[in-house]
Amino acid sequence: MPDNGLTRALQGLGRRVTDRIWRLGFAARFLLATVMYSGTALRRFNLTIREIYFTGVLSLIIILVSGLFVGMVLGLQGYDTLQRYGSSEALGILVALSLVRELGPVVAALLFASRAGSAITAEIGLMKATEQLSAMEMMAVDPIARVVAPRFWAGVISMPLLAMLFSAMGIFGGYLVGVQLIGVDEGSFWSQMQASVDFREDILNGVIKSFVFGAIISWIAVFEGYDCEPTAEGVSGATTRTVVTSSLAILAADFILTALMFRGA
Amino acid sequence: MSSEPLVKLADVNFTYDRRPVLKGINMEIPRGKVIAIMGLSGCGKTTTLRLIGGQLKATSGAVTVNGQVVSELDNDGLYALRRRMGMLFQFGALFTDMTVYDNVAFQMREHTDLPEELIHDLVMMKLHAVGLRGAQKLMPSELSGGMARRVALARAIALDPMLMLYDEPFAGLDPISLSIVGKLIRTLNDALGISSVVVTHDIQESLKIVDYVYFVSEGKIVAEGTADEIRHSDEPYVHQFVWGEADGPVSFHYPAKPFGEQIYTEAPRAR
Repeated sequence: MPDNGLTRALQGLGRRVTDRIWRLGFAARFLLATVMYSGTALRRFNLTIREIYFTGVLSLIIILVSGLFVGMVLGLQGYDTLQRYGSSEALGILVALSLVRELGPVVAALLFASRAGSAITAEIGLMKATEQLSAMEMMAVDPIARVVAPRFWAGVISMPLLAMLFSAMGIFGGYLVGVQLIGVDEGSFWSQMQASVDFREDILNGVIKSFVFGAIISWIAVFEGYDCEPTAEGVSGATTRTVVTSSLAILAADFILTALMFRGA
Repeated sequence: MSSEPLVKLADVNFTYDRRPVLKGINMEIPRGKVIAIMGLSGCGKTTTLRLIGGQLKATSGAVTVNGQVVSELDNDGLYALRRRMGMLFQFGALFTDMTVYDNVAFQMREHTDLPEELIHDLVMMKLHAVGLRGAQKLMPSELSGGMARRVALARAIALDPMLMLYDEPFAGLDPISLSIVGKLIRTLNDALGISSVVVTHDIQESLKIVDYVYFVSEGKIVAEGTADEIRHSDEPYVHQFVWGEADGPVSFHYPAKPFGEQIYTEAPRAR
């Protein structure tokens, strides 16, 4: 084969593609190992609770404040559109459905990936760089069981709770702007919302979405941390990859889940 | 006590990424002795330590620890063996989210069902042995380099191992800490009746405490002997290493073209 620029470019492309596929396979095996070695995280649940505090409780401020503002903006924009058709009393439905079905799970997940996902990657990456994971292995303690699994499950558990709080805060924000500020009828706002939001179709599907997003973010975050180069540059790159990959994965998964859940609704 | 060496490396080769790192290493660590593995950075010392600890597997040859071939052990067997080993990492590798006390108690809590009162007493004994009983509530970030190394040592001996592995225990320490860590390695080895392997390039400190030395260069053992034999060795590599000479078998200059040729061929481009 002639050794020209095109050949080299194709070889480089092929190598990059096979590297990505190989890494994806490794990530899948890593997820499998994490789930298989979850006994410690579930049996000694205080390890997972500690991580729920760091990933979930410490993310509350950003989630609640963001939820409030997103709900307030929805109230303003929704009222502006609905009043053109004389249906401003349907503002409650618009705010609630937008939040519960879409914005709650998706925006909360994007914020969670930036706040908690990056922190998990950085922590595990630094543990690797400072040989703490090796030390654990040499003490006959499996780092996947002791370090990775509790963080993974903490993310999976925290995410739906945070998304629910985000939606609740958003609805409150929509109420503040729509009812208290603009003057939409309070009775219509709440009663139409109650009549139109279905528990299984809307709320439960939203919770399922946020559960899936939580698993995706936690998987990417723990994998990137565990697999990173044990250097300052490696940890920094892994943290960035966690946020970028998680965000794209959330949006792609959201499209797939929405298509599956709401196509007939 | 068995006269069989605790650790034996027989014709061990290790290749990483097609690059030979260790070539035909034969080594014995007798029970109750402190053995040093010395050599320049990147010569394969730490790889040897990781082969003994089972973190790496030999490409060929056998690493035997207490009669068990490390590479033939499954995961459970390897972890069972590691419970009888302690390892001190280069910079301590303390768990930064735990206090000194919790670091030392870590293995006891993970591997035993001992009541917390007994764990407390054991932790205090281990910390007393390294002179840091008073530092039990400190976090690793509040410790000096020497203190962190001593806490890591207390953690490594938490379950009374039969074998201690030290990876560059003297790196980056001030003279007082260096001397303390050196004495602790010897004292703990003799008091606990264990065997120790010290990977280091700190020749002066280690020759004070070790029983036998292996010199590794480019993946091979180039010299071995007792501390006295090493001090008076005529082997050029050992002589250069012991006396810290700038030039010798280990060249001062990194391989390059002849000086004149480099000046005349590269200077115009630089200008």
